[in-house]
Amino acid sequence: MTENVRYAQSMTKWQYTRRLMKKNRQLYLMVAPFMLFFLVFTVLPVGIAIYLSFMEYNVLQSAKFVWFNNYVSLILEDEIFLKAVKNTFIMALIIGPFGYVFSFLMAWLINELPRVLRTILTVIFYAPSISGNAYVVFTQLFSGDPYGFINSRLINWGLISQPILWLKNADYMMYVVILVSLWMSLGVGFLSFIAGLQGVDRAQYEAAEIDGIRNRWQELWYVTLPNMKPQLMFGAVMSITNSLSVADITVALNGFPSTNYATHTIINHLNDYGIIRLEMGYACSIAVILFFIMLGLNVVIQKWIRRVGT
Amino acid sequence: MAREKKEKVRSLRYSHTAIGRFLTDKHTNRSVSGSATLLVFLTVFALISLFPVVFMVSNAFKPINELFIYPPRLFFIQPTTSNFSELFAILADSLVPFLRYLFNTLFIVITGCVGHIVLSSMAAFPLAKFRFPGSELMSRIIVYSLMFTSSVTAVPTYMIMSRLRLVDTYWAVIFPAFSLPLGLFLMKNFMEQVPTALIDAASIDGSSYFGMLWRIIMPAVKPAWITLFIVCFQGLWGNSAGNFIYSESKKPLAAMLQNLSGSGVARTGVVAASSLFMFVVPLIAFIISQSNVMETMATSGIKE
Repeated sequence: MTENVRYAQSMTKWQYTRRLMKKNRQLYLMVAPFMLFFLVFTVLPVGIAIYLSFMEYNVLQSAKFVWFNNYVSLILEDEIFLKAVKNTFIMALIIGPFGYVFSFLMAWLINELPRVLRTILTVIFYAPSISGNAYVVFTQLFSGDPYGFINSRLINWGLISQPILWLKNADYMMYVVILVSLWMSLGVGFLSFIAGLQGVDRAQYEAAEIDGIRNRWQELWYVTLPNMKPQLMFGAVMSITNSLSVADITVALNGFPSTNYATHTIINHLNDYGIIRLEMGYACSIAVILFFIMLGLNVVIQKWIRRVGT
Repeated sequence: MAREKKEKVRSLRYSHTAIGRFLTDKHTNRSVSGSATLLVFLTVFALISLFPVVFMVSNAFKPINELFIYPPRLFFIQPTTSNFSELFAILADSLVPFLRYLFNTLFIVITGCVGHIVLSSMAAFPLAKFRFPGSELMSRIIVYSLMFTSSVTAVPTYMIMSRLRLVDTYWAVIFPAFSLPLGLFLMKNFMEQVPTALIDAASIDGSSYFGMLWRIIMPAVKPAWITLFIVCFQGLWGNSAGNFIYSESKKPLAAMLQNLSGSGVARTGVVAASSLFMFVVPLIAFIISQSNVMETMATSGIKE
């Protein structure tokens, strides 16, 4: 340490940094392979997307610089895009907060259960979000003919006389997609909450009891939540990102494109132009908008969560 | 006095079961009725969450006449494994043999996950335990990259893959998995809580950084690499590589089973069997490793 200080005094800042970098050569070497792949397959694509979003590029012809034309046509001319934005926000506004609160609530409620029971419930609640496409089962539950499970029950109970086209009728599609997404919303964030709750020091609860905390709810607000801030932030990132990227579910349940674009999301729109129509420039401008929505929302909400318990 | 005695008797009577102990736990400020309501509430939600899964499992074992019965039933009456045998018959008959798909999936999953664990651990160690120019920046970028999904950058990623001539090879799926930011994030957080004294001791011994990582850190972060394996496995197992691999002989199992589900009503039972299979494998992997995963998740928070 003293050695470092001596160097620092006799050198410019840049020389000092160079020196430090040289000294830590081996550390850079260790970080390098991951960062190389990360740069090529995560950072570079973001850069390319921003670059191409100012281009007209359809793979066959060479790219042409068109300033903000893509963005202008997206916002002023593409009604389907605006519908996709609206749908995405409706979904995100419900799935995000509900999924988040629900994940925490469930984690909190199972926290005190005996170990075995807690583990069983963890697996049950987490299972829907495990990979595979388990959500496909909902195409049978909500099938539009009388043989669909939900329809058959509702008809038998006399609640409806005609089978409802849950997945094809624009009046119902959104509800089903939201329901399925909520079913899948207890994911990694949920696991993080459970683990975080387990990590809260027991002694703090005992101290709080002596200080006059009377019930579960007070305990939650004054002891548990302030202790869980890092996990709350992590869970928020996970649920914001997930709630804005609903896409596979709508394709599996409602087909592509969905009736009247009733469950068309921004990512559906992006895939439409990027994969089917190969209008790469246009697709990239959609991607850039979504990218900034995701990042912006995350940053704003992180600021809110930092205030919990203060 | 009398009340205390009564409570003691009650807690003795029920304390031989875990749930009984939970209900009568007088250590904290809890009411019995509150705990009982809690149990009922949780049971109801567990059943709701479980219902579609039960339906899926049950469908996979229904004979064909029960699949099309009216009204449809939640449970099978006469379970059969014929859906599974039919599934394997179709797989055995397909142009590309089943074992080929299985090999493709296993190759992608194992190479991807092992590479991911090795690269993430190597990168996580310096970021967790040392400060050097750029280390702070790298950690921040990793957190920011948790905030968007890969579907946002799918188009440019495809273009990069095709420029690198990786399209239609396994590597188009494997390489992005190497640098999943979630893995590095979890690994780095977990390594931060390994006592620094261990590292100091090793550096006095003159051990290199690689040596420290290999001999001291890696054994101490076993739960983290098991978790990274699970996370990576879940991502790759169900990945049908749709846009990246188009030769049938290189496609993973998930792509093959997805094609099946597009093949009409006649195969309803087979599709149910195959989606159960795709669902159960990662589920079992999670159950086996869940205590390690939970241990890792305890350090998963985003610090300010």
